Amino acid sequence: MKTIRYGKIKMGKDVITLHVMAYTFCTVMALLCLIPFLMVVSGSFSSEASIAEVGFSLWPREVSLEAYETVFKEPLVILRAYGVTIGLTIVGTVLGLLMTVMTAYVLCRQDFEWKNIFSFFFYFTTLFSGGLVPTYILYMDTLKLGNTYLAMLLPLLFSVYNLLVMKSYITGIPESLIDAAKMDGCSEMKIMFRVILPLIKPALATVGLLNALAYWNSWYHAMLFITKEEMYPLQYFLYDTVNNIEAYKRLIASGAAVSSDISAAMSMPSQTLKMALTVVVTGPIILAYPFVQKYFVQGITIGAVKG
Amino acid sequence: MGTKGFFKKLRRYRSYLLMLMPAVIYTLVFAYYPMTGVVLAFKKYTYTGGIWGSDWNGFENFKFFFKSGQAGLVTRNTVLYNVLFIVVGTVVQIAVAVFLTEIRNKKFRKLSQSFMFLPYFISWVIVGVMAFNIFSSDYGLLNNLITSLGGEKISFYSEPKVWPWILLFFNVWKGVGYGSIMYLAAIMGIDTSVYESAAIDGANVFQRIFHVTIPAIMPTVVILFLMNVGGVFRGNFDMFYNLVGSNGLLYQYTDVIDTLAFRALISSNDFGMSSAIGLFQSVLCFITVLIANKLVGLYDRDYTLF
Repeated sequence: MKTIRYGKIKMGKDVITLHVMAYTFCTVMALLCLIPFLMVVSGSFSSEASIAEVGFSLWPREVSLEAYETVFKEPLVILRAYGVTIGLTIVGTVLGLLMTVMTAYVLCRQDFEWKNIFSFFFYFTTLFSGGLVPTYILYMDTLKLGNTYLAMLLPLLFSVYNLLVMKSYITGIPESLIDAAKMDGCSEMKIMFRVILPLIKPALATVGLLNALAYWNSWYHAMLFITKEEMYPLQYFLYDTVNNIEAYKRLIASGAAVSSDISAAMSMPSQTLKMALTVVVTGPIILAYPFVQKYFVQGITIGAVKG
Repeated sequence: MGTKGFFKKLRRYRSYLLMLMPAVIYTLVFAYYPMTGVVLAFKKYTYTGGIWGSDWNGFENFKFFFKSGQAGLVTRNTVLYNVLFIVVGTVVQIAVAVFLTEIRNKKFRKLSQSFMFLPYFISWVIVGVMAFNIFSSDYGLLNNLITSLGGEKISFYSEPKVWPWILLFFNVWKGVGYGSIMYLAAIMGIDTSVYESAAIDGANVFQRIFHVTIPAIMPTVVILFLMNVGGVFRGNFDMFYNLVGSNGLLYQYTDVIDTLAFRALISSNDFGMSSAIGLFQSVLCFITVLIANKLVGLYDRDYTLF
């Protein structure tokens, strides 16, 4: 495509200027996006003393593994949070995907006369919402889901946005294919699983990964509904730890109260510990990133314009 | 269609309806049922009374919200932040998309695009940690730079005026990869013969960008812009809460509708006022989404939601 576009154009001064601008701009943007990540990694491998002395930098001044040693001193704590997040992500993604595919399939059927009514039924929820308080009361008082895994699973299970992405993929499947399957006496369920699903594998990957990312990164519902520390998912565990280190430091600094294990806490690294935890929490995403990136690109290109 | 026809269809569509059932029940319980809870905005909530048993108290909840001056402040902040985010975000995303298409080195293009997309994948909790990394007054990179250049340390976390810029930075930072992908797709869709004829007419590359590329992606720009405008009263709770948290020093410049509603509920346990704030916001959102949708429809019928 590039060669066609530039085929008849000589490299004039304007082209060179543009190229310099383009390379500079993209390099700067890419670096700006990357630097905060590098700083976290650098901080996590620094010694607490060097951070206290010179602060965070792009490269560790004094390489140390003390932060990671502290994180893994009690490996169960972080492993439990990992377990919660992985469990929620797998169950939520599979159930959510199933619900989304079934709904999208039906709403795409031309012979279903009520599809517009049902579509509106779903779309309307993007227009108006009850807001925080009624939702909070529903989970905590009406359904009594406080301190249950369901309270973190349910809120992200189904979204109209994912429904739209899925619908736009299924719409592309020729109707005649489904008609043929019906002639052969397939039930709707069978058509969906045997005919449709194999055809929309990219859509399943895209919507599934969008869903999985939402679960992996969620912390908000844990903050609202969960008070038991052993049930904290990874992100909220990180949030809680990072903020408690801060609160603790402030407490010491202001000399307001002195707790019993103050000396033990003082000897622990705190700044580098936060960074090491962040690395441990973000690691899997960064490792998976090169493999999943293209599915997100697809999902965004389709979903954003349709939704 | 009489009732008889209705039941006939019910029978004919039974497998469809069965397949819709999970999503319909889910939506009824978790989206429609809470909508009825907005009556709480006009009630004095008691735990024993719940949503339906609590006594009405007219507009008391709203009165407090509006009289305290908070309503004006958070609404202003929410709208101004969103306008800032939409305008700057759009410009940066378009710039990235335009420049990326001009880069002929495929490896460089792929790599820089990958880096720019990376922030989209992490949670705001992690962005909060990164912000602290850069802006902390004792350990932050920025203050290190300032002091090493002989300047005075700035204590960012007690200086509300700098926060609009910090929040803008991270908002653009997190959204640039995501947004530019949509504009890239739009640019890829432009007919290359248009460029060729522009070149034959003697247009230089900059004229080509401003007279061919930008006008060609305008429909995408307008539609995405209008869709974003629909959410102008929605504050990004995730971002504000993780970057600012419960740092009251900064509220004047950083408090948005969503963070105030959250604090009213969780910190003050004021269910009434929090509901009032929520309803106030829902109504504003409803109106703006409808208007935005109408405008999208006027622009291009295909992109409306209904």
